[in-house]
Order: sequence, then structure tokens, then C-alpha cells
Amino acid sequence: MFWTYLGRELRRRRRQAFVVALGLGIGIGLVVTVSSLSASVAKAQTKVLHSLYGVGTDLTVTQQARPGSGGSARFGFGPPTRAQSGQQFTRDRALPSPGRQSFAASRVATIAAVDGVGRAAGALELNMIHFTGTFSFSSGGTGFPSSSSGGNGSSARPPVHVSTYTLDGVDVTTLGVGPLSSSSLESGRSFRPDETDAAVAIVDQSYAKQHKLHVGSALSIGGTTFHVIGVEADSSSSADVYVPLARAQGIGDAPGDVNIVYVKAANASDVSRAQAGIEAALPKATVTSSSDLASQVTGSLSSAATLAGDLGKWLSVVVLIAAFGLASLLTVSAVSRRVREFGTLKALGWRTQRVVRQVMGEAMAQGLLGGLVGIVLGVAGAFAVVAFMPTLTATLGGFGGFGGGGGFGGGGGFTGAGSGGRTGGPSGFARTVPVHLTPSVGLEIVVVAIALAVAAGLIAGSLGGWRAARLRPAEALRRVD
Amino acid sequence: MYELTNVAKSYRKGGTVIPALQDVTMRIDDGAFLAVQGPTGHGKTTLLQMLGGLDRPTSGSVVFNGRDLGEMSERELTDVRSRSFGFVFQTFNLIPTLTAQENVETALVPLHSDSSERRRRAMEELEAVGLADRASHFPLELSGGQQQRVAIARALVRQPEVVLADEPTGNLDEAMREEIMELLVSLWRERDRILIVVTHDSAVAARASRRVWLRDGRVAAPEIVDTASA
Repeated sequence: MFWTYLGRELRRRRRQAFVVALGLGIGIGLVVTVSSLSASVAKAQTKVLHSLYGVGTDLTVTQQARPGSGGSARFGFGPPTRAQSGQQFTRDRALPSPGRQSFAASRVATIAAVDGVGRAAGALELNMIHFTGTFSFSSGGTGFPSSSSGGNGSSARPPVHVSTYTLDGVDVTTLGVGPLSSSSLESGRSFRPDETDAAVAIVDQSYAKQHKLHVGSALSIGGTTFHVIGVEADSSSSADVYVPLARAQGIGDAPGDVNIVYVKAANASDVSRAQAGIEAALPKATVTSSSDLASQVTGSLSSAATLAGDLGKWLSVVVLIAAFGLASLLTVSAVSRRVREFGTLKALGWRTQRVVRQVMGEAMAQGLLGGLVGIVLGVAGAFAVVAFMPTLTATLGGFGGFGGGGGFGGGGGFTGAGSGGRTGGPSGFARTVPVHLTPSVGLEIVVVAIALAVAAGLIAGSLGGWRAARLRPAEALRRVD
Repeated sequence: MYELTNVAKSYRKGGTVIPALQDVTMRIDDGAFLAVQGPTGHGKTTLLQMLGGLDRPTSGSVVFNGRDLGEMSERELTDVRSRSFGFVFQTFNLIPTLTAQENVETALVPLHSDSSERRRRAMEELEAVGLADRASHFPLELSGGQQQRVAIARALVRQPEVVLADEPTGNLDEAMREEIMELLVSLWRERDRILIVVTHDSAVAARASRRVWLRDGRVAAPEIVDTASA
């Protein structure tokens, strides 16, 4: 009787039921879309961080460069002689990551010994400037082209090409922590633990494409030929080229040094303890947690996160309140129109709770219908937003900046420009990566939608039930419509 | 059996107290067919509400089978209504979304009988009122007379001790009025219940074994008329 009565009543009031379900559906759908967008953005942020710092990295340890440190940017050649005129030249200049001070790799062991630390791996991140060109001798004796604009200098001089890329020296014995921990390879293989000093390299997918590299290619860095053993599948990795740590130390003229340590806590609950322990052990070090890293992500991805977090949530709340209000109002009004009906049932001996249960059941069914509509609309909305949203970018930068005189000074961030972010221009060491959002409608979002639908049903049903409970059976005799 | 003693009922409207029933005292024996007559607004329906346990008197007592309905809790009153009383309303009061059979079944819901038992008893009662072939029809698909037959079946399906009918022929044409009254009277005779009918219609009242007139909420003289027509 309960279900028959409920189903027929909803069918009789199908227009009203449709309006209520649609209203709730729009509200719940908005929550689903916004939650999905937030989840997608959060996932993208995590992915960006993971690709830059590795999956499972809880903390990074760096040391800030002293102001004015870094030395001059010497490129390893002086003015050409007459004899060199017309000869091709290639030079690589390695610069440590802006704003970062190198420190002894022995500190990795110190960090690993800190209470709460599970594993630690040191790495040396270098920014490489690559020059190719032709010497030209002039009588003034300053034949080295002064322009480094990456293309045609003076029309009277042969061109000098300047390109930049990032190079990470990784500890091949501890690949489970660090930038390569999250990477999957498009082709080739990863480093082997015995390749601590091997002239082998893994290259980033987009870098490989740009320079026509593939597994087996030879790559010249600082006069040494490296064999490409793998190509990363992800185009948003932390560096363009990865080599064993010892090789990077040689290239960067920093034997026995690292400039970043990736740390994985022993347990998720140990992160704060590990952070405090490292800060105590290395007072000059900057210990950054993954949540600190997340806050460093800027760009349109960050704006999308703010938009979804602030405007989206408030909009959802307002629409939901309106939908809940509409559902409650229509339910109470439906009960008011059925005074004689419910009065009759009470006169027949139906208990008040049975009548209230009937009203609640109808409201719950409408709520759940609204929840179903909401999930469909919300999922469609989530896909539509992602489909029509312009490509987002995430920028992770602001570590330091170029000081005067070719050295690195502290403070003052810089961000990359040009396509592909960090490989864009000579001053483009900041990491800007394109982010493709994928709709993320997890089980928890569906659960939230159903919970909202049930809540809407309960609120509307309670109000309607309260109205029905107050009806006296005598109304059945008194009320003549 | 009913015993009403000095029953009064008043309603408060704004600041004014409106007396609907005053000092009503009467006894209704088992097997009686009582017609309650009187002008509109003189307390007929209010009296029916008191007798049916739908409302409580402001003062006085309505004793049914030895128990004062006015002193019962809401739950007890609901139980008495579901087991002992059957109601027939002027406007039929059928649930529009339920079929004739399902409408009859609504009276059995408080008795917690299982669905197959409910269906069986509902069909038997519809047969008794001559509407077995319309069991699956919705109220709007039935004529006024047929709807009232369904309402009578609903009132009688749980074999109540009292059937209370409020203007049962008020919304019907003359031919149908005869038919419905004939049905009510024959069922009353057959089942030996108390039948209380509120009516304007003297022809309907003439069929009752006893008649009572209400004027200004009071039982008017002669207080109760025994008729021989039944």
C-alpha cells in the first residue's frame, strides 16, 4: 500500500515532482560539478607536484643561496683568435638552480638519520645554457658576439644560437624517492643502480621531440657524449635531461654536492615530526612540505582552484538553499491541498506516524529523483566544463632571480615565458607546464550528492510531515472542497 | 452502546466562543438506526464527530461500550476508530490515486492484515455493494453513486460496530439517493450494527428507527422519536 500510494501520488503530481526534482537536480548538479572541478584541479595540482618532485615525496630540503653568490657567468672561451675565425663552436655552461646553495651530499645521510624520515635522496638540479655558433674575428679584438638573443645577431656576424634546458643529477641507487619516482617511460628503461657514473641519460618527452632524440641517440653535454636510455612519458617532468648524480656533479663542477634532497617520511603521520627534526639538524636548510609546494603552484590552474573553491561553493550553497526551500514549500503546499485526504485516513484509524511516513516517503522519493538528476547534470557539467575550459597552466617558480653581473641574487622570483615554459627563453627557468584537466567524479562525490538528496527529502518531508501531523481527523468531515 | 451525558462542544474563533453542541444527553442502543436531523450549522456534524471519536467534547461524556471517548489518549482513540467505527462522508472522500479496491483496503491498513488478506476482504465487500466489476477503477472513473458505494464498502469492510454517515446522499441525485439508502439500510439489517446518519433529508430520516432533532446545538423536543418505518 505504501509504495502503491507513493508512486501513484507522485505520478498524479508529476509536474510538481518534476519541478522539485529539477530544482534539486540543478542544485545538487552544481555541487557535483564544482566538487568534480575541485577534485580535478586538486588532482592536477598533485600531478604537477608529483611530476616535479616525485610521487611520495613528503618534504624537500634546499638551502637558500647567499645574496650575490653564484659568480660570473663565464662561458669558457675568450675572444677568438684570427686562426679560430670561421670555426664552429659549442659550449655548455652549467648554472646551479637559481637561489639555491649547493651543499655536501653527506648531509643526505644526516637527513636520513632524522627521526620520522623514511628515505632520502639527494639530487643536483642544474640550469644549462647551450651555445652553438661560429667564431668571427674582428680587428677590434672583441669578436665574440655580444648578443645572445638566440638568433640572428648583427647582420655582419654569423649567428650564435643559445638554448637553455634543465638537467637533474639523480641518485640512481634511490630512485624510489625523487623526481623519477613518478615517471613512466614512453620508451627505453630507467637507470640501473650500478650506473652511478655511467654516461647515460633519460630525456623528457617534449625535449626529446624538440631535439629529435630517441632511445639510443647520443647527447652531448659539456663535451661528454651521453647515451639516451629512456624517454619519459610525461611532458611535465621536473627536468629536460636526467643523468646520474656523479655525472651532474662533474658537469656542474660541484663534486660531492647536491642542492636538493627529496625526503619520504616513515609514515604519513610522521611528516611534521620529520620536518621539525630536519630543521633542527640543519638550521640553515629550507624544509618544504608538499602542502607548501602546493601553495607555490600559481598560474591559471591556481586561479581555477580559487574559482572552484570560492565562487563555485558559494554558488552551490545559494542554489541548494533555493532548491531545498522550493522542495519544502511545494511539499507543504501539497499536504495543505490534501487535508481532507489525510483527515479521512486518520478517521479510518491510520496513525499520525503512518500518515507522516507517507508524506516523508513522497518527499524522499522526490529528493532522490532530484539527486539522480543532479548526478546526471553534475557529471555532464563536469565534462562540459573540462571540455570547454581553455588549457590551464601551472607555474612553480619564485626560487630566486638573476642578480646583477651575471650572478644569482636572492629574492625576486622569475617566471618562464614562451611555449613550453622552462625551455622557452634564456631567462625562462621557471617551471610552467600545461595542465589538462580530466573530469573527476569519484564515489565520494556521488555519496555527497545522494546525501544532499536525502537531506532535501528529509527537510521537505519533515515540514510536510509536521503539517500532516497537525491535521485533525475531524477535518475529513468539516472540509468540503 | 452509547451513553451521552451533558455533552457540550464549543469552538473559539478569534476572541469569541461559539457553542456548537450544548447539554446533549442521549442513549443509543446496539442495533439502532439513528437519524440526526436539523438545519445547517446547528451541530449535526459536530455530534457525529463526538460519536465517531474524531473530536472530544468540551464538557460532558461520550461513553461507548463503557469507555469515555473524551478521556482516551490519541492512540487509544485511533485504535477505537480503526476497529469499531466506519465512516461514510457526504463527498465520498475516496483517495483519487487509488483504485476502488485499494480505497477499500485503506480501512484495513491499521489492522495490519497482510496484503492478500486485505485484497480478499476488499473484493468481498465490493461484491456486497455490487461493484466487484469496478474494483480496478479509479474514483474519477466512477459515478457519484458508485463512489459512495465504494465508500460504504470501505466503512463496512472491517465489520465495525458503528457506521457513521454524514449526509451520505447529499451529493447524489434522487434515484441514486434511494439506491444508496436502500443499500445502507439492508446492510444495517443484515449485520445488526448501529447506524447513525446525519441528514437534511426527511425521506432518508424516515427510514431510521429513531430520529433526533438538533437546534442551536441542543436536542429539540420531542427529543427522540421512535419510528416504525424501519
